[in-house]
Amino acid sequence: MTDFDAMREKARQIRLDILEMTTKAGSGHPSSSWSATDIAVALFFGGALRYRPDDPWWAERDRFIMSKGHAAPLLYAVLAHAGYFDRDELWTLREIDSPVQGHPIQGLMPGVEATTGSLGQGLSLGIGHIFGARLNNLDYRVWVLLGDGECEAGQIWEAAMAASHFNCHKLHAILDYNKYQETGPISREMALEPLVEKWRSFGWHVEEANGHDLEDLLAKIELVQMLEPTGQPSIIIAHTIKGKGVSFVEADFTFHGRALKPDQADKAREELNAAR
Amino acid sequence: MQLGEKAGLKPSVPLRDVFGDALLALARENPQVVVLDGDLGNSTKAEKVRFEFPERFFNIGIAESNLVGVGAGLAACDLIPFIVSFSSFLLCNAYDQIRLSIAISNINAKVVGSHGGITLGKDGPTQMGIEDFALVGGFPTFAILVPSDPASMHKAVRAAAEHEGPVFLRSSRIAMPHIYPMDDCPFAIGKASVVRDGGDVAIVGSGMMVAAGLDAAAMLAADGIDARVIDLHTIRPMDVETLVTAARDTGALVCAEEHLLHGGMGSNVARVIAEYHAVPMRFVGLADTYVESADPADLLVKYHLTADDIVTAARAAVDAKR
Ligand SMILES: Cc1ncc(C[n+]2csc(CCOP(=O)(O)OP(=O)(O)O)c2C)c(N)n1
Ligand SMILES: [Mg+2]
Repeated sequence: MTDFDAMREKARQIRLDILEMTTKAGSGHPSSSWSATDIAVALFFGGALRYRPDDPWWAERDRFIMSKGHAAPLLYAVLAHAGYFDRDELWTLREIDSPVQGHPIQGLMPGVEATTGSLGQGLSLGIGHIFGARLNNLDYRVWVLLGDGECEAGQIWEAAMAASHFNCHKLHAILDYNKYQETGPISREMALEPLVEKWRSFGWHVEEANGHDLEDLLAKIELVQMLEPTGQPSIIIAHTIKGKGVSFVEADFTFHGRALKPDQADKAREELNAAR
Repeated sequence: MQLGEKAGLKPSVPLRDVFGDALLALARENPQVVVLDGDLGNSTKAEKVRFEFPERFFNIGIAESNLVGVGAGLAACDLIPFIVSFSSFLLCNAYDQIRLSIAISNINAKVVGSHGGITLGKDGPTQMGIEDFALVGGFPTFAILVPSDPASMHKAVRAAAEHEGPVFLRSSRIAMPHIYPMDDCPFAIGKASVVRDGGDVAIVGSGMMVAAGLDAAAMLAADGIDARVIDLHTIRPMDVETLVTAARDTGALVCAEEHLLHGGMGSNVARVIAEYHAVPMRFVGLADTYVESADPADLLVKYHLTADDIVTAARAAVDAKR
């Protein structure tokens, strides 16, 4: 039995950690991290992802590639809560000599699978890991977390085309569809829609989910795994709210790429604590 | 005049064919080797691996960014990817992907830039790789290899696979004559080869300019100038010792490369020589210019990349000693 209450509490704690990390660092991307927190929690704590924190590079582990690398605080917080390293490491984010880098660097911390931060690159790496599984006779899955603005990058569609051509059915993308990029609403900045049809036409199986409903997310995660025998790669388009969990950040996209000021952080902490 | 003729070097087949053979030989020996192609395997000759090991050959298509990313993912799975396309297409289309996924990640991936230099000839400047040393030079974790003949190409491909970390290897369309016996080439990454001894001037060449340097040395000998010729097949890590010894022994250096002078091999050698043992230097390479479509032999003459140009530079360097 999946304990969704425990997962929701995990998500709340991770949101708090993201707040503390970025506030202490005085920079970073809390709103982008909060947007995808429930997605990451569903994967890491819902039983779908196979991993061994005490053997982080276990050859058969499922891969989690954070393609939207600016959500590094989320990645680190999730890995810490999953047991990859001590939570105290989180407070060194962006500090001199700390491996907890502003954007993820492959292998610098256990569980960090890829160097990301220049958007558009993670899906291609995922295909490489799938080819690696085939050549090494291993059976793991690869999960790639994409941003919606990130899908403006041409390389995403190069990879989308190749993944279906090479029948990468163990490759699963999850799209953090929060409808905002850095400078504004995506609908205003770029014609990204129709997104479902785009992915379908590239040969992917597409599911949509409420990206803050852990039950729905896990159901879709399980569904796309069950559909692997069709041979298609899959994407879950998760509808999310950028800044989820902190009302005044949800309401203001210009929080992108900004840490909260101390008084804002106090308010945010209050809201997140009240959500217990 | 045929490249290497004055020096009495034995002609060979195009270097890209040698590369294809070397890659195939490596793939036969090492099951970890995988090849990633950007739809140019017939030109780069990487396709030789496709015919024998289709399961270890991936044509990712005309999508260099994805090509590099897929290769990097394979490297993370302990395979040894050789990512092969034209030097210009890989470095210019996928610079950022190489930077993050290979250079910053410091992973064990090999990038092969084929059709380096201007000697692909008639396809013109959009296809030429005249800035590849400078571009790869921007990645501090990359070793940069530039084989000069068939034996050194075989050795370089093998050395690239054995080297733990990012490697760039330049291949070329033209034929480079035999400088080393096929079974006796002393190639080691970071260790330049002295291919001709001499005490009056040292000619430091990379790629086809090693054979041109040997031709030049033969011509200079007729004038009583005794030139040392160094095959600088590794641009990084640079063999400081061999270069400084040459500067000390001869007192004059000429660097010759099929690349822009700006940011090329010569400018990096000059940095080392200026720091450790400054002597007069002259440079043979491309001045600030692109190069048009034409027969390679005509281009080499027009853009001053011949043995004659090395001779002129060597005389000037020797004169500057006095
Ligand atoms: C190649 C590249 N261009 C620009 C940026 C700067 N940048 C960082 S985050 C971002 C917006 C990303 O939007 P989205 O993918 O929707 O992610 P979100 O923060 O909304 O989750 C931009 C433009 C970048 N990191 N990489
Ligand atoms: Mg977004």
